[in-house]
Amino acid sequence: MLANDAVLAAKGIGLRYPGQSANLLSDFDLLLRRGEIVSLLGPSGVGKSSLLRVLAGLQQSIDGVVTINQNPVQGVHPRVAIAFQDPSLLPWLTLEKNVAFGLDFKHQPKLSAAERRARVDVAINEVGLSHARSLYPSALSGGMAQRTALARCLARKPEILLLDEPFGALDEVTRSEMQQLLLKIVRDFDTAALLITHDIDEALLVSDRIVLLGGGPAREVGHWTIELPKPREDYVAELGALRVEVLTTLRRAMARRH
Amino acid sequence: MTLVATAPQRTRDASADVRAGLHPALTRFALALAGLAVLLGLWWIGTDILPPEGSFARKFSPGTAIPTLGSLLIGSDLPVHILVSLKRVLVGLLLALAIGVPVGLAVGSWSKLNEATSPAFQFLRMISPLSWMPLAVMVFGVGDPPIYFLLAFAAVWPILLNTADAVRKLDPSWLRLSQSLAATRWETLRTIIVPGVLSHILTGLRLAIGVIWIVLVPCEMLGVSAGLGYFILDTRDRLAYSELMAVVLLIGFLGFLLDMSARALYQLAAPGSRQPRVS
Repeated sequence: MLANDAVLAAKGIGLRYPGQSANLLSDFDLLLRRGEIVSLLGPSGVGKSSLLRVLAGLQQSIDGVVTINQNPVQGVHPRVAIAFQDPSLLPWLTLEKNVAFGLDFKHQPKLSAAERRARVDVAINEVGLSHARSLYPSALSGGMAQRTALARCLARKPEILLLDEPFGALDEVTRSEMQQLLLKIVRDFDTAALLITHDIDEALLVSDRIVLLGGGPAREVGHWTIELPKPREDYVAELGALRVEVLTTLRRAMARRH
Repeated sequence: MTLVATAPQRTRDASADVRAGLHPALTRFALALAGLAVLLGLWWIGTDILPPEGSFARKFSPGTAIPTLGSLLIGSDLPVHILVSLKRVLVGLLLALAIGVPVGLAVGSWSKLNEATSPAFQFLRMISPLSWMPLAVMVFGVGDPPIYFLLAFAAVWPILLNTADAVRKLDPSWLRLSQSLAATRWETLRTIIVPGVLSHILTGLRLAIGVIWIVLVPCEMLGVSAGLGYFILDTRDRLAYSELMAVVLLIGFLGFLLDMSARALYQLAAPGSRQPRVS
């Protein structure tokens, strides 16, 4: 477990809500390695989304350093892709153009038109939407829209995928399809993914490690890491026990808060 | 049992869908035609039935106005007047767009500017453009320039206010997206804000066309020697009442066409708003 095989490393991160004197979160460390999915699990209000914004370089933290490939993060890194619960597709662009969106921006790596087209093709194939590439977002179902948002991330060949509850608004069947898709994406693209979720089963199903955040705004948030056994297929039997462990840890954290 | 019962049900639903897809459009067209026919009927009753034989009102009858319109379009300089008027509308609209869109973008993106300008804009907006007429003639002289000014002044408000409103209504998640792609300010403006507000600008444009078309005719009654407004006054002076009614009819028809093309432009420039859902 060397720190230098990490794609993304966060050390001693401190978060604070504006106008408050006490930290919401202190001394938070995180390592994210290639091909790994880590879930950030916890109830709402513990700063999960703020933490993701800090890791993405969208926001400065009070303390701590975030590095990507050993380089300190300054602004949004071109190889970091972010997906949110809202797929935020642009309604005036076709699915294909939505996926290609931003590839030609100034701060993105320079690509020829042919390379951009190739990347868009690969990304759309990966999420299984080749048949729908000329449709507009108004014609897409919720699951298709979220697949498109994922494809938009993949078109940038990300080293790191940051996912802020991307499946939160989907129905259960679609959600489980999307979880399988996430596993496939991480495998196919050899990327690292950080998934914010408040769904314990989702975290257990997709992640290699679960980082629990517990507590609440009233008091500092604690964090614990639970390593999940590998390979994934083997711990189906242990799922129940793991679930209990996660729940107990979270409950203890919540109890401390009162 | 249930399976057997469901199957024919499905077929019935399908055929109902087909009927429903054909019906509303046809019904709408028929209703629109009926409405226009009623209008024509009322006109006819007002000029040919109610007034006594030899009355002045009979001169305005559709029975003479409609054939006169045909002969005017072919055998007179009316087409030139139409072109002159349309050119004025176009110049007025372009001026209004050139001023209204940038100012609207600025007002919409900067709330302090909005608060500072909002009362002033509302004040100016509520002054009928026609009341600037004497002033416009004094400043710009006689001819096209005062008309351009008045038309642009009338049309700028719907464009400006709709643009500003559109900027305020931009989906914050789109801006978050551009932020997460490290977009520059210019890229955000070009790829998110402008296309995002475009459909609203087109709505403003459509309203502006309506206003401009209404203001145009009285504007053209002033110090110019061409255009539909001028033509109306000219027919009055020549006591050519059937021509007067023909031009009134024409003004309505052209306005209708202008509005229709504005709507077509909207459909063309704001795609994605109408497409059936596929899964």
